[in-house]
Formats: sequence, C-alpha cells, structure tokens
Amino acid sequence: MVSTLGPTATADVLAPRAGGVAAAHPPVPRAARLRPGARRWHVPWRLVSPVVLLVLWQVGSATGVIPPDVLPSPGAIVAAGWQLVESGELQEALLVSTRRVLLGLVVGGGIGLALGVAVGFSKIADALLDPPLQMLRALPHLGLIPLFILWFGIGEQPKILLVGLGVAFPLYLTTSSGIRQVDPKLLEAARVLGFSFSRTLRTVILPSAAPQILVGLRQSFAIAWLSLIVAEQINSDAGLGFVINNAREFFRTDTVIFGLVVYALLGLLTDWLVRVLERRALRYRESA
Amino acid sequence: MSTTTITTESATDSTTAARTRGLRKSFGDREVLAGVDLDVPAGKVVALVGRSGSGKSTILRALAGLSDDHTGEVRTAGDPSVAFQEPRLFPWRTVRQNVADGLVRAGADAATRDAAALGLLREVGLEHRADAWPLTLSGGEAQRVAIARALVSDPQLVLLDEPFGALDALTRLSMQDVLLDLFARHGFGVLLVTHDVHEAVALADEVLVLEDGAIAHRLEIDLPRPHDRTAPEFARYASTLLAHLGVRH
Repeated sequence: MVSTLGPTATADVLAPRAGGVAAAHPPVPRAARLRPGARRWHVPWRLVSPVVLLVLWQVGSATGVIPPDVLPSPGAIVAAGWQLVESGELQEALLVSTRRVLLGLVVGGGIGLALGVAVGFSKIADALLDPPLQMLRALPHLGLIPLFILWFGIGEQPKILLVGLGVAFPLYLTTSSGIRQVDPKLLEAARVLGFSFSRTLRTVILPSAAPQILVGLRQSFAIAWLSLIVAEQINSDAGLGFVINNAREFFRTDTVIFGLVVYALLGLLTDWLVRVLERRALRYRESA
Repeated sequence: MSTTTITTESATDSTTAARTRGLRKSFGDREVLAGVDLDVPAGKVVALVGRSGSGKSTILRALAGLSDDHTGEVRTAGDPSVAFQEPRLFPWRTVRQNVADGLVRAGADAATRDAAALGLLREVGLEHRADAWPLTLSGGEAQRVAIARALVSDPQLVLLDEPFGALDALTRLSMQDVLLDLFARHGFGVLLVTHDVHEAVALADEVLVLEDGAIAHRLEIDLPRPHDRTAPEFARYASTLLAHLGVRH
C-alpha cells in the first residue's frame, strides 16, 4: 500500500490534474477487502479441513480403524439423531431444555441487569451491593449443585436457578461498567432537556451501555447452556440431558454424541441471535 | 454556604429573560464569580465575553440550573434551553428524534414533537437529514441540529455556551448567519458566551465583558440589524472589546 500510495500522492501535489497518474495506480477496492459481507468468488478454504476430517472419520469407521463403541461413524450418529426426531423425543427434549434456559435467563438476567443499573448508577448501591456480589461471584456456581438439591429438591426449580445464577453475573458486571461509562456530557444534556429519570434511563443510559450489555448477554448465553448441561446430568426425567444420560445407560454412543452436537448447535444459534440483535441495536455506528 | 438565598425561578416581569444579582461562586479557595449583576432583556441577544477561566461558562451553568452551590439571585423566564460547545446529540437517536427531544419538557405528545422538529430542521436547512444518524453529520451540521433542539420549544431564554467554538472559521460565519436569521424570526432572549469578539459584535445587542469575576464593561451595539461585518463601526466595536480584554493590536 505504502509503495503505491507514495508516488500517487506526490504526483497529486505536483500536478493538480493527476487523473492519468491515478489511473496508472488504480486504487485498491477497499470495500471488497474490508467489508465482510462483500460478495467475491473464492475457494472456501476454511471449509476444507472440516470436510477432510469428516471424510477421514467416515472412512476410518467403515474400515474398522475406529471402533464403533468409542466413536461411531458420522452416518451412524446422523441415523441415531433421525431416530430421535422420528419418535418425537428430540423435539420434546428441546422444548424442556430451551424452557429451562430461557426461564433462567429471564430470572437471572433480569436480576443481573437491575443490580447492574443500580450499582452503575449509585455510589451507595455500589458500596452496599458490590462486595457481597463479588463474594458470591467467587463461588464456582456449578459447585452449588449439592446445595441446590438440598434446598430446592430435584425438580425444575434448581435447574432454572442454577442457569439464572450463572447468567446473572456477566450481565451484572457488564451492565454496571457500561453504565459507569455513560458520557456525563450526555447526562447533562438530558438534564437541561428536562428528562425524567425513566426517560433518561431509556433514551440515554441503556442505549449508551448497550454495547457492553450485549457482550454480557453473549457471555450469559454461553454460561446458560453450560449450566444447563451440568444441571441436566442430575436426576433429570426430561430434557436433552435426560436423553443423553438415558442413551449412556444403553451404551448408545451415537445418541450421546448426537446430543452433544445438538447442545453445540443450540449454543451457536443463540450466539447468532445475539449478534443479530447487536447489529440492529448498534446500527447507528455503521454509517459513521 | 452563606446565608444568601438561591433563587432559580421565573423572572418577575415579562421584559426580562434572565437576571442575576450578586451571583457568587467559588471553586475551593478560588472565587470565580464575585457578585455578577447581569440582565438579559426579553428578545435581546446579550453576549458575554472574557478571557478563558473568567467564569463565563459558570454564569451560564448557573442560569441553566446546572450548578447548585452558587449564592445570590438567579432568575430566568421559564426553563431556559441550552446549546453547548459540543453538539451533545444522542448518537443512537435520529436527527429528527434528537430535535424532538427539545419538546419533552413542554409535555408535547409525540406527533406534535415530531412535526415541530421537522419544522425547525427546515429552518436550519437540514430537513433532508432528518432521518440520518448524528454520527454521519459534519461538525457544522451536528451543531445546527443541537441548536434546532434548543430552539424547538420556542423558549424565552436560550443559553449558548461557545456554540461554534469547535467549528472552522467559514462554518462559524455561516452558523452565525443561521442564528441571526432564527433570532430575527423568533425573538428569543439569548445569552451567548463566547471568546470571539467579532462573533459577539455580529450577533449581540449588548456585550458584557467579564473580568475578575464581575461584569467590568458593558457595550451596546448600536448598529442596524443584521450587523454589517464590513462597517467601520463594526471594527470599532470589536477593537473596543479587544482593548477591554487587554489585547492590543
């Protein structure tokens, strides 16, 4: 870039009508290089290695190099999955698991967001709430399972609460720090415009903290699925974790692996959803 | 805190847009305002000039209700509108929404706010940018939006804190013309804080020079509107002000 720009720039200075010179050094199409969505025909290099690995895996299974009780072939895993879909087990399990994650996210996320707003806003709330919250955060929340079983039994409640507990902290941290970073000049503008507190919160504070809150939401989703997976290992009678555990009892490695793939896909899906939300909420920056 | 009462309320008569009497304020040991007596007559433009650190903006902030530890009397006619040196637009709200925000205090409903916002954007020549995001505006455009937001509520008092300080010289001149036009049409009472004496003479009916925390000089600008920047009197007013500010040339 530097070597092509140098002479062009010099020529521009010396001769105002530098059209000819510029044509000799056609500008690099920046849009095509920098914008990720730009359409260009090229070899999808990033797909090559996964496809090769899949093929090797299938060939290894077919020739007996990979024992099926350790790692079934990709085809067998897909077949096991299809069986679950046909019997309706997968749909039912997904419904139960997704419900747990969403409820946990609403409960824990709501609490994390509210605490984050309070602590980000008020020095008193910060002094009173932050120390106990940091202490709680130091506890590995997955380690609380025995305690949760003692407290809440083995039904839906401990699972949802475990998800909620895991989700609350990232949202609390990112929200409070996002709110602390709101430009005081904008808050002053809101004040001279006569905004009420709730209007200031809605139109100034939350949009201003949105980039960080959304980062927190992405972390929260990841933790939500992780918490769910662990919570579903114990005493589940429904949900994806139950399907996986059940399959383990019958030595159905293929079903177990299929369940893991579904967990991964769910994680990817929610991550993608948050990114869509991010793009929409932060679209005012794109054109700048 | 002294026993002097702090009053930020409506001016007593309709001929005054803003008034201070004995306005004092200190930052630690340093007394920034040592008893400021200032009047902005209704519909008149008063410019406040002074060297940096002379407390110009402190007076404006007291009038805007952004200061709470001053003493003395501070009265304004209704709630003043404020435009700062930076536009301070909300970047996640469109130009139109930002201007409509200026009517929130008045309690207008959303449709009224929106219509009034478009009207004022037309007046400042930015109707075509109504649905743009603020980050896509040039510095001059953004400041015009900020001024539209300050004026959309048709206030009796407008406080302008070096509104063109961050703009280049040419944009500055055209912005001054936009303001002159708006002043002539709406008749706001204006307090303009600036360090540019030419801007003060071009826009104001009266210029106050702030020195050592008090108004040291008052200068009536007795020129036909709009003030002709090329008139010999214009230059004379400007050099008088520069002399008051201790600048020789």
